[in-house]
Amino acid sequence: MDSIVNILLPLWEWLPEYLQIFLWNLGKILLIMLPLMGAVAYVTLLERKVIGFMQVRIGPNRVGPKGLLQPIADALKLMFKEIIIPTNANKFLFLSAPMLSIGPALAAWAVIPFNGELVLADLNAGLLYILALTSMGVYGVLIAGWASNSKYALLGALRSAAQVVAYEIAMGFALVGVLMAGGSLNLGDIIAKQAGGFSNWFIIPLLPLFFVYFISGVAETNRAPFDVAEGESEIVAGFHVDYSGMAFAVFFLAEYANIIMISALTSLLFWGGWLSPFGDIGGILGNGFHWFLLKTVFFIFVFLWLRATFPRYRYDQIMRLGWKVFIPVTIVWLFVEAVMFVMQVGPWGA
Amino acid sequence: MSFTEIVFYAFSAIMITAALGVISARNPVHSALFLVLTFFATSGIWLLLEAEFLAITLVLVYVGAVMVLFLFVVMMLDINITVMRQGFIKYLPIGILVALVLVTQMVLLVGPENFGLSQFAEPALKAADYSNTRELGRVIYTDYVYPFEVASVILLVAIVAAIALTMRRRPETKYQTPIKQMMVKKSDRLRIVKMQAEEKQ
Repeated sequence: MDSIVNILLPLWEWLPEYLQIFLWNLGKILLIMLPLMGAVAYVTLLERKVIGFMQVRIGPNRVGPKGLLQPIADALKLMFKEIIIPTNANKFLFLSAPMLSIGPALAAWAVIPFNGELVLADLNAGLLYILALTSMGVYGVLIAGWASNSKYALLGALRSAAQVVAYEIAMGFALVGVLMAGGSLNLGDIIAKQAGGFSNWFIIPLLPLFFVYFISGVAETNRAPFDVAEGESEIVAGFHVDYSGMAFAVFFLAEYANIIMISALTSLLFWGGWLSPFGDIGGILGNGFHWFLLKTVFFIFVFLWLRATFPRYRYDQIMRLGWKVFIPVTIVWLFVEAVMFVMQVGPWGA
Repeated sequence: MSFTEIVFYAFSAIMITAALGVISARNPVHSALFLVLTFFATSGIWLLLEAEFLAITLVLVYVGAVMVLFLFVVMMLDINITVMRQGFIKYLPIGILVALVLVTQMVLLVGPENFGLSQFAEPALKAADYSNTRELGRVIYTDYVYPFEVASVILLVAIVAAIALTMRRRPETKYQTPIKQMMVKKSDRLRIVKMQAEEKQ
């Protein structure tokens, strides 16, 4: 062990400084990306198992013990499939759409704090950064729908764009509520403000905003019951109907990375992130990454639960919910929050 | 060349190329996408200026919302490009002339003799925990609160006007009022008629 360090350490110091910084950051990015990719793969299995359980089926159980290797088999299958590019499709945009979809989904993870110290980029405007990046994911969908030169894909893309723009406003307002409570755009500071047990978490003063945020998150990721962008029964598969093989898999990855992202953000912004509900008492029940993981997995489960429970919304009902219910609710609650701020109750008390 | 300079020139090159793409692309959808790229590169340059709030807001508002709606509309329009391109060669000299005048004006006005380092000292680099957002908010809501409020009222009037211009009552459209649907009782819809049973002939 010592001998390896003795060889590698001079080699590391011999590298120019900018290369050291580059490699160090690359390492940190890989440390976030690789577990995330693993998580995405196993969320797909979790989804099939959970929905199977709710529908009194077994779910995948053939590949590996209890079907645990199913995601790997799926990934291999998708990798070896041919990517078919439709005639008259715009080849460059057709192939760049999946990347535009997954890029923002992964880049947003840069500012997520995993515990008190572990964060890739401790931005002052972290919340804004996340909002900006999540709003960019829609380009992948729009361009995919347009570039595949197909009616169904274009319809799916238009539906998705209108829906994402509608729900983004409600989502942004909900985040304004969080930043009013936290007094900062920095995610670490927002968590720090929630320290001291469950009673200090933002879920209590911001309960309506939590519901608006989470439901808008479900709509933003185009998941059931808001999955009209895919709408199998009406427009086949929506924007990715012409994609196959890895190009399709990348859309799939982006969708699940976004689900994990929304779940992680919900637990960070409203449920105290890595904070323990009992306050900082130390040990396994004290603050730590495991709480963050637990809360995130719970919200991922809620995503799947919703999908197994509710029928798809009709398109005009989606629009009504977004514009006529969520936006007024958030505006009213921002006003209530301002009153609480002046009266110094909740997180603003002494 | 320092790292900052490399980043600056890279973003500037992308921005200018994309901006040229906006006006030269044959397909309107491509033009819109080039505009998105231009906004991106601009936001990168603003980040170099430590204006992180403005940079992220540019992406959030223009890339995330405005251009999505633009693309949304452009994708559905059936634009005949050959008609729009008619007379391109005929008007090209005038266009070049106007462009040249504009560029000369800008070089004369915005050049280094008016805005260079000799006129304004180089702004000091702020510490890592300096919050641009907080400072901007402080200035907007204290020193410039009245101009800011006036601007927001003007925006609100514009929104109301735009909606009032486009919204019209359409009696032929069918609406659903969920609250009414929820309140329906059996007695509102169902009438039970008592009849004598018919006898078998």
